[in-house]
Amino acid sequence: MSKVLVVTSGKGGVGKTTTTAALGAALAQRGDKVVVVDFDVGLRNLDLVMGAERRVVFDLINVVQGVAKLPQALIRDKRLENLWLLPASQTRDKDALTEEGVRAVIADLRSRFDWVICDSPAGIERGASMAMRFADEAVIVTNPEVSSVRDSDRIIGMLDSKTVRAEKGERVEKHVLITRYDASRASRGEMLNIDDILEILATPLLGIIPESQDVLKASNVGTPVTLSNADGAPARAYMDAAKRLCGENIRMSVPSEKKGFMDRLLRRRAA
Amino acid sequence: MSMGLLRLLRGNKAATAPVARERLQILLAHERGHRGQPDLLSLLREEILAVVSKHVTLDPTKVIVRLERGDEVSTLEVDIEVPNDIERKRVAVG
Repeated sequence: MSKVLVVTSGKGGVGKTTTTAALGAALAQRGDKVVVVDFDVGLRNLDLVMGAERRVVFDLINVVQGVAKLPQALIRDKRLENLWLLPASQTRDKDALTEEGVRAVIADLRSRFDWVICDSPAGIERGASMAMRFADEAVIVTNPEVSSVRDSDRIIGMLDSKTVRAEKGERVEKHVLITRYDASRASRGEMLNIDDILEILATPLLGIIPESQDVLKASNVGTPVTLSNADGAPARAYMDAAKRLCGENIRMSVPSEKKGFMDRLLRRRAA
Repeated sequence: MSMGLLRLLRGNKAATAPVARERLQILLAHERGHRGQPDLLSLLREEILAVVSKHVTLDPTKVIVRLERGDEVSTLEVDIEVPNDIERKRVAVG
């Protein structure tokens, strides 16, 4: 059964695109057939983070408008044969994303893939609402910082009211993914801790991605972080998050570079 | 006494996260209550503008409605700039 997952946040720069690429790759590494879809029309970047920027010919808008067929626009990952990318358009404006067009593309993708992962643009405008519109599940990417938590709360409100599932009286299954987490700063009271964020957002936790140099290094070379340094802390955290998305019960921890102490200190169960 | 030494004597006061947590809880409790409702301020502004306009010719851009939230009470501030020839106009109409 295929699932449509939106990666969203409200706030920009918190790690939506990094997360889309990493979760997409992690799920594909597990053997599922995955497509990652960039909804950031006009400011596309998923192609760059995935290392496919020179292979873009057609895009989401071309498919929505019927200029290109879906298979023509899909780009197959060079590392993982189960992973595909549907890029956003770099030139057209986001009004080109009609609800009917997006509905048809999502339905077509559903029939071809196990996972359709929609990378939302920042904000709460048309691009963001179209990215979440047909979602079954949502990953809300949140930094341990007041403006990000506030925006996540706003986005959770939208997921509960503006999606097709919400309008039908069904639920979009929501997960919070905390990124750029620094366990030592949180323990010194300099950063919101995991419990604070979860209590405020009242949404279950999918994973904790530690602040790490790996993330920038991965985007520099255009490789999802789960592939660029598979043993690194963020890669392990994303792999665990992907397993939880698949329903596995994985103990919650903050993978750290110095494995051991922090893991024991921050032992937690998935919500 | 230097600030650094004061801080040292008072112990570590760098725990700002509890402040963040409390500010967020107060703010979000308020914002969740108003979610999906029409913006109160623009509604007030429009209706006040409509009432005053019945009697005085106004420049709609010169009507400012502001709400200052306090702990106990909040203040609603309405600032309407009225042209100086208002009395003459009233005489002419009346």
